[in-house]
Amino acid sequence: MDEVLDEALVKDHKPAWKGGDQPYEASYGKLMMWFFLITDTLTFSAFLAAYGFSRFKYPDIWPNPEDVFSHFPFLHGEHPLLFVALMTFILIMSSVTMVLAVNYGHKMQKKKVILWLSLTIVGGAIFLGSQAWEWGHFIHGDKGGINTQTEHVVHIAEGEKLSSVYALMGADGHDGNHHHYTVDQVITSLEANPQYNIRKANRMYLTNEDAITYLRENASEVLLGANLKNNEYGHPLFADYFFFITGFHGFHVFSGVILLIIILINVIKGTYERRGHYEMVEKVGLYWHFVDLVWVFVFTFFYLV
Amino acid sequence: MASETKGNWWIWKVFWILLFITAFEVALGIIKPSFLVDTILLGTKLINHVFIILTIIKAAYIINQFMHLGHEKVTLKWTILLPALILVPYLLFILLNEGLYTYLKI
Repeated sequence: MDEVLDEALVKDHKPAWKGGDQPYEASYGKLMMWFFLITDTLTFSAFLAAYGFSRFKYPDIWPNPEDVFSHFPFLHGEHPLLFVALMTFILIMSSVTMVLAVNYGHKMQKKKVILWLSLTIVGGAIFLGSQAWEWGHFIHGDKGGINTQTEHVVHIAEGEKLSSVYALMGADGHDGNHHHYTVDQVITSLEANPQYNIRKANRMYLTNEDAITYLRENASEVLLGANLKNNEYGHPLFADYFFFITGFHGFHVFSGVILLIIILINVIKGTYERRGHYEMVEKVGLYWHFVDLVWVFVFTFFYLV
Repeated sequence: MASETKGNWWIWKVFWILLFITAFEVALGIIKPSFLVDTILLGTKLINHVFIILTIIKAAYIINQFMHLGHEKVTLKWTILLPALILVPYLLFILLNEGLYTYLKI
């Protein structure tokens, strides 16, 4: 029995694939990374396709992304798309530093691999921080909304321009306090401030009187911020997809940063120098570029389209 | 190992292409030219087709250059690309088509 085991062990220590036996001219590890990435591609495709399904089901009441993601840290006013554009830039930049690390790995230049790998980790960390800010902002909310019995979220407007529940109630949404309003309070405020009205979920503006009638008949609660059950931006599914898709992608970035830290430690220790090649950097690089690739699609389908 | 001796210029070239396309997309998304927004083609706005085409171009650059698939053996290329090229459009067709018929008129 022991002899059989020994023999198996000896066999296992031989390289599994050598030159002539490499049908793809790629090593076992690289090939398996590619196969994993194919399965992950299908997972993300399914998420985004499901998002498209829901959007095609509720096209009239689905929120406009530019009304939702319109803020930039430390800047006031509406800046749609700018922050996600910055996040995209950071991720593309970290992909570039990753290719540079892989390239210097081919040339066996340890110090340069350490430099570019470290910068890639910094890029990944900045991206994760940006995403945390984005989530925080999304959860806290900005304009507030009013839910109806049919889950058509309506928004406070001033004429033909979106305003906010906070403006109507004379409060500052970002003063750090926890705000809570009832439908009756909002209706009373609308009666007292006739310059305000509402925009229905299908983006039709109502006059002040019509708005009060509509809210009396349909409104169920005032929504401030977002969670998995409902959100101020629109249909509950919108926030569900946002948390799920960007969360799953963020989890990939987080895993990628952990992998990068592990291989950076190995590079510093000289593990790959002794092994004679930096293929591990290349394999983690494949994963890192894939994460960038997924973000390119998330950026398009969640923020642009 | 295919260790090319070429320098790093191609990496920066791809970077500028990706950056330029992204900046163009963001500019389009902010300006929203009316002829692109008001024209409807295949159930969606023309501007969305532009975004999708630009995204696929970006994806092609990332896969071909950064992930180095363009320099792999032809059999490997197809092994990796075919499952995605067959299954993803199929998935999209099924789900978006069903989404259209579950469409709820408000």
